[in-house]
Parts: sequence; C-alpha cells; structure tokens
Amino acid sequence: MVAAANADRTLDTFPKYLLLNADRYGNRAAMRHKDYGIWQSWTWAEQLAEVRAFALGLETLGFVRGDKVAVVGSNRPRLYWSFASIQSLGGVPVPVYADSVAEEMAYVLDHAEVKFAVAQDQEQVDKLLSISEDVPSLKHIVYDEPRGLRDYDHTHLHSYAELRETGLAAVSASSDALKRWEALLAAGKGDDLGIILYTSGTTGRPKGVMLSNDNLVKSALHGNAFDNLDVDETTIAYLPLAWVGDHVFSYSQSYTAGYCVSCPESPETVTEDRREIAPTYFFAPPRVFEGLLTAIMVRMEDAGPLKKRMFDHFIAHARTVGEPILNGESVGFWDRVKYGLGDLMVYGPLKNRMGLSRMRVGYTAGEAIGPELFRFYRALGLNLKQLYGQTEACVYITAQPDGKIRADTVGLPSPGVDVKIADNGEVLYRSDGVFLGYYKNEEATRATKTEDGWVHTGDAGLFDAEGHLKIIDRAKDVGKLRSGALFAPKYIENKLKFYPDVKEVVAFGDGRDFCAVFINIDLESVGSWAERNNVSYGSYQELAGHPDVYKSMASHIDAVNRSLAEEELMAPSQIRRFLVLHKELDADDGELTRTQKVRRSFIADRYGELIEALYDGTTEKHVETEVTFEDGRKGSLKALVRIVDAPVHGLDPKPVREAAE
Amino acid sequence: MNRAVDPRDLNVHHADGVAKGDVLLEAKDVSLRFGGVKAITKISFDIRKGEIRAIIGPNGAGKTSMLNVINGFYTPQEGTITFRGVERRAMRTTDAARQGIARTFQNIALFKGMTTLDNIMTGRITLQKSNIFAQAIWRGPALREELEHRHRVEEIIDFLEIQHIRKVPVGRLPYGLQKRVELGRALAAEPALLLLDEPMAGMNLEEKEDMSRFILDVNSQFGTTIALIEHDMGVVMDISDRVVVLDYGRKIGDGPPDEVSKNQNVIDAYLGVPHE
Repeated sequence: MVAAANADRTLDTFPKYLLLNADRYGNRAAMRHKDYGIWQSWTWAEQLAEVRAFALGLETLGFVRGDKVAVVGSNRPRLYWSFASIQSLGGVPVPVYADSVAEEMAYVLDHAEVKFAVAQDQEQVDKLLSISEDVPSLKHIVYDEPRGLRDYDHTHLHSYAELRETGLAAVSASSDALKRWEALLAAGKGDDLGIILYTSGTTGRPKGVMLSNDNLVKSALHGNAFDNLDVDETTIAYLPLAWVGDHVFSYSQSYTAGYCVSCPESPETVTEDRREIAPTYFFAPPRVFEGLLTAIMVRMEDAGPLKKRMFDHFIAHARTVGEPILNGESVGFWDRVKYGLGDLMVYGPLKNRMGLSRMRVGYTAGEAIGPELFRFYRALGLNLKQLYGQTEACVYITAQPDGKIRADTVGLPSPGVDVKIADNGEVLYRSDGVFLGYYKNEEATRATKTEDGWVHTGDAGLFDAEGHLKIIDRAKDVGKLRSGALFAPKYIENKLKFYPDVKEVVAFGDGRDFCAVFINIDLESVGSWAERNNVSYGSYQELAGHPDVYKSMASHIDAVNRSLAEEELMAPSQIRRFLVLHKELDADDGELTRTQKVRRSFIADRYGELIEALYDGTTEKHVETEVTFEDGRKGSLKALVRIVDAPVHGLDPKPVREAAE
Repeated sequence: MNRAVDPRDLNVHHADGVAKGDVLLEAKDVSLRFGGVKAITKISFDIRKGEIRAIIGPNGAGKTSMLNVINGFYTPQEGTITFRGVERRAMRTTDAARQGIARTFQNIALFKGMTTLDNIMTGRITLQKSNIFAQAIWRGPALREELEHRHRVEEIIDFLEIQHIRKVPVGRLPYGLQKRVELGRALAAEPALLLLDEPMAGMNLEEKEDMSRFILDVNSQFGTTIALIEHDMGVVMDISDRVVVLDYGRKIGDGPPDEVSKNQNVIDAYLGVPHE
C-alpha cells in the first residue's frame, strides 16, 4: 500500500483530497481520456496542477467565494477538473444536463443565479448565448473546444486553454499565487455548500438539491468501504455530469479512494471505449443493460446456426447454475465443469464484448430492473447488484451486499443510513448524506424533509423477512383497480420491457376495471427483425403498426399475463388490452424526463383519447400528435392506431369495455 | 467578408503568395466541347482565397464539367485557367492534386472495403515524403512520418466527429457518413482549394445541416477556399459568399447570393422560361 499512514485519513472537502492524493498517489493515474484515438492520462500530481491552473485562471475573471458556476457538456477531464477548481475557490458547481433544451437550461441557470458557465463546445456556447438575456446573473462563459468559436465576440467568452495558461503563468511567476490558492482551498469546510444538482423533474420544475461537502465525502467513504473500493479500481465516466450517480462514482469516490476515471472519446464510442478500459467498478441504469443485451441478441440472430446453438445451450445452462455458483452455493461437479467450459466458449467472450471482463462490482439503479434481465447478467458470473438511491441522499439509501443478492429487492440499508416505512407504505430514510435543502425552495424542502431529518422518498416499499427493502412503485403511482386489487404499473411495465423488442411501456389501471398498456417498440431490434424477414416499412409509425409486430407484442403480453397469474397480489392486474404507440416517447416532447423516465401524468394528458379508446372497446383510433424537432420547431403526426384484446389466465374473461358506473 | 485574418490561416500546407481575399483561381473564356456538343461556352469567373464559392445551375448546365476543368480532368479547347498566378492548360489530375486542389465526388468514390481511417490516410498520399521501400521497412523516418500523418488524420476524424466509425469499413456506413468520410479524405490532403461536387445530394435535413456546419467550419478554422456545386438553393444561399450561375454551358449570373437570387435571368433559368 502506498503511504499506508495516509490511507485512512479523512478530510472534509474534495480539493483537500486532491492535495492528499497528489501526495500519496502522485504517480498513479487519476484520469484518462481518449483523444485522437489514443488514451491520454494524467496522474494525481498532474491533475492537481490542472485544477490549480484553471482555478487561478478563473479567479482573474473576478471569481469570489460563493459564486455559482454552471458546468455543461459531456464527460471530459476538463469539466471534471472544473468541479475541483470551483470548489477550491469556495464556489459551487452547478452541473447541467448537456442535452437540455435552451428553455430548460435558462430556468436552471437563472434559478441557481450562476455567474459563470463552463461549456464543452460551440453547441453549448450557442445555447448559453441564446439564453443570456434570461439569465442576468451570467457574466462569463468559458469553453473547452475552440472549434467554430473564433469569430465570436470574446468580451464575455473565454477559452479554457487561455485561463489555464494564465493560471500556469501565475504559478511560475511567483510562489505567492500557490500559497494564496492553498490558503483559499484550506478555508473550505465540510458544512459548506459543495454542489447544487438539479433533479430531472418527473413532475413540475426541476429542484436544486443542495449537497454539502460533508454529505458527499461521507457518502463516498461509506460506499468505498461497503464495496472495498480502493486506488486500484478503474471506471468509465459516461453518464450525465448533472446526475448524482455520476458525480458520486466519477468524482466523489474517485477523489476519496484515489482511483482512476476514464472519459470516452465521444458519446457514440462508449461501448468500444469501455471494452478497452474494462472497468472494475461499473454503474449503469437498467436501460444500458437492456441495450447491451438487445445488441447481443440482435447479433446472435445473425450468427451461424452452430454458433447460435452453442450460445443458446450454454446460456440455458448458465441460467440454471450461474447464479448459485456466483452466490457460493453448492453446485454439482459436472455442472461446474460445464459452466467452466461455457465460460471459456461463451460467457467470457460475451463479457469481453460488453467490456465487463474485469468487473468486480457492478450496480444498477435509477429505476427498477427487470428480474429476468438482472438474472441474465448474474448468470454470466457478473457481480451485478442493485442499489436504491436518490439525489437527496447522495445516492446511497440501500444496496445489496456481496453474496446477498435478490432480483426483486434493492438490498439492506447502506452503512450509516436508517430506513423506515411510513403508514402509507412510503419509504423514509435518514443519513449523513441527507441534503441541506432545495435551493430557494423552502416549501418543497419542508414537504420532503422532516424536522428530525427523515426524508420522504416518494416510493412505496416494504421490508421482506430478511430485512431487504423491496420497492413496488412510486408511492403516488401505486393505485387500485376498481375491484380494490393492488395495481403497481411499474411492476407490469418492467415485465414487458424485458423483451428486447419492447423499448418502453406505460400501464394504466388505477380506478379502472382492468389493466391496459401502451407499448413503444425498440426500433433497433424490431428494425433488424424486419430486415431479416423482408418486412418493408417507410417509417417508425408504419413499422409500429405492422400486423406482425402486433402479433409478437400479443405473445409477449400473453407470457406476462401467465407470470402475473401466478402471483396472488398481481393476478388481477393482467393486461386485457394493448396498443403499440405510433411515435417513440421522447424527452424533447416532454414525454420522458432527461434521465429517460416516463412522465406518466403528462402522457395521460397528451394521449387521453387513446387511453379512453383502451377502455371503451374501440378497435381503431385516429390520432394527431404534436411533435417537437431538435431545433425547437413543432410539427404534427397523424396515425391510425389499432387496439387489441389480450386473453387473461385464471380470471373471468370479462368484456373488453369498462362496465358503466 | 469581414472575417479577421488569423495566423492559423498560414498553417495551410501549401503556403502560397496569395493573400486572403485575392484571386486564387481565375478561369478566363473557358470553352469545352465533346465532339460537337458544347458543354461550356466562354465562361469567366474567379475564386478568391478564403471564400466559399458556389456554382449552381439546372441539370446539364455544365457545373460538373467546370469542376472537372478546374481539377485538370478535362482540358478546355479554349481559354485559360490561372491558379495561384500560374497559367496552365493541359495537366494531369495528379498535378492538380500536388498543386493543392482536392475534391469530393457526386457519386461517392471511396475505397469501400477499407476503413474510414485508411480511406482518410490515402488523402495524405501526395504529402508523403519517404519512398515505397522505406515505407515497406517501416522504421526510422518512415515510421515517424506515418505517425505524423496519422496525427493529422486523427485531427480530421475529431473535427468531423466520426471517431465511432474509425475502424468500420466504409461500405457498411450509411450514405450521409460516407459523404463525411469523403470530405475527410479531401481535407487530409490539406488543400488550398477544395472542390465539393454536390456535398448534400441525397441527404435528409439533419444531415444537410451537419454538412453545412462542417463546410463552414472547414472554411473558418482551416481557412480553406471552397468551391461547391449544389442543388439545394437554401443551402447555397446560406453558406456561400459568392455564387456563379450557369445555364446551358453559359454564365448567366455572378455575385453575392441575395443579388443573384434577384437576377431575372437566374429566375427564368430555374422556372424554365423557353429559350428562343
């Protein structure tokens, strides 16, 4: 161990950890970035120099303690460095989703009263300039990539490289600059505001979650201890900077544990770059795991018959013995041998293809993962675990300890976290990571956080016999069918989303006679199927309405109904009617949040006609939907949507229309 | 044109004595015939250094022929072409390439079985100094040279945002991306004059917007002079500094976009007034 004496030191801010790491891990890689086709790396000592140079450069623009700085762009070293630079001066970074449209960005920047913005490229600079009138507090914009920006007016626009040069020059000119910076850095305290993260806003306007340095440092340390994360881990940073998960995994935990974070070359190359890096600690929302599996299944469909048979055979074997082996349970000798053979021929290459060969700890969170999907990865021998967290908690609320993994629970309360269930079924928690409050929103803070520090999660859950937390749904989404039976839409949706050709599902049923669903097809998967089967189509809409697509969806629904029929609580919510939506649900149209979660109430409003059609027995419905293009223009989409009945199992096959009151 | 002169302009490989805004290429009374068919009749116009010059006209107006004359593929029967102050007549296309003229084609002409990276590397061929034997041995200077070429190619890949298809054979790429790779190959030659033959043909709106941005960025960042043929009038009017209009092999208009679009001859040519 390098400098073992220092290993257990705990500090209270991230810039202080930076100094410590430059001292204890000076020559070890802190950050990598693939640029011009080559992985470039920076050691902790170099990272310290970069952070310091930018901080001193930023200071020349009139930066003072407490200033807020928006950070916009994809995962790049300079943007991560800017976090530490800003914090070292006593400022507060406010990362913003890079794909948010101008109007959303204007709201966040104005609400946070940012004085500076650090942007990745011309695209973000253009967006910032277009909203500068709505954000009077914004004084200076700093950009990383100069391309396309040289003819811009540079009175309030500065290149990152220039500020960095200014900072480097200041350091080499006199030792005063260095001392002054270290003094500024040392003045930072644990209970200072460390960062403001805006929640994506499933409902209403985004809220600014204020996290203190203490919140983040302590949560990161708990997380490191829980999974034995140390300086030897390697991770890839590819999730939005503005998301608490990325901030904790790619910044807080890296600074506290000292491990190296790698930034991909571009958002399109993440899969290839991950393969090259082979992270040991990997985090992804279920969507990513779904996408990986879909890509593999699509490729397997195109594989030769021999390969396909081998794949199917060994995957089936893994599904029976893979998880018990991973959990250390007793498994027969020959089964183990066969599993070993499978690892050599199928699982190993598969893991390599997905870039997960070296993964020691993997987490999925953000939303519930389909149990079949989760088991698939576990069966391959990957230590994939579930975690339940929130921005307000600095991620960790519950997590699954190694060896105690279940597909349908999210694990035990994380170290340092108390969890309880309220009378209405809502999950509450209290921990060191609990946020200070919502920025400039006392009312929302009071509604979420009680006087004695308990935070309302908004999720309904229950503890099982062994103390594992099980999340059923959003507390406000859990409803009842008219018969009084429990209706948990997400539970049903996740079952359907397991199929690779299903991208998104929205289930309805609260206060209704039966459950009915909207389905969104996965264009990649269904498109590939269409190509193989000579099905021609001119548009997404045409493909979605294709009779064969409907047929395949009907068979998925039948399988889901059969599995629902086996569960006493869920049997009444078998799906009786469904339709395939004529357009892909899209964040630009407000149908999904920026983290790609379905906005249920918005969809209920927007597709009210279709929902009624699900329940009044109609078999076809003409609809016209407004769509927003990337540049903000609007158009409309007309379609004839078919609504189809699905058989149920073990229930009264009631008519397909709602009984009158 | 009120763009400021930037020292980076001087980085262009083919340093020449022509200052920004001066005439880089001049065509004077150029006529081209194929047997009895007159493709181009007495056309004169110039291209100034640093500008984006569009050549437009209805089908069969002689646009591509004009481009082929400029890059030496056709030799005009009459008239002269002066490039960087040097008048020339018959020449081989390779000479044009060595003088710093690169082009893309109306029907993509890439090496389909080669990767994006290799295709763009071929654009560096005229800039290679070491001979074939040194390259085969691939040690010392030849290796260093290839590293340098590769670095420039990576810059272009970064610039055109095609990192994700670096190692993909271009035959497997969609049309819009192939067009971008072709632009990359032309850029790799670090041309003084870049000829683009219908860079947006067959593209959808989004691809057109992307390509327009790349053309503007090439022009402003590398200072490359660009002559392009394009059918999409919206694109032409938006991105070009000056436009020359051809119809039936004759020049019927020349000037800034808004001026040309008001020219009665041009309007007639596009709306199809009968020729007497």
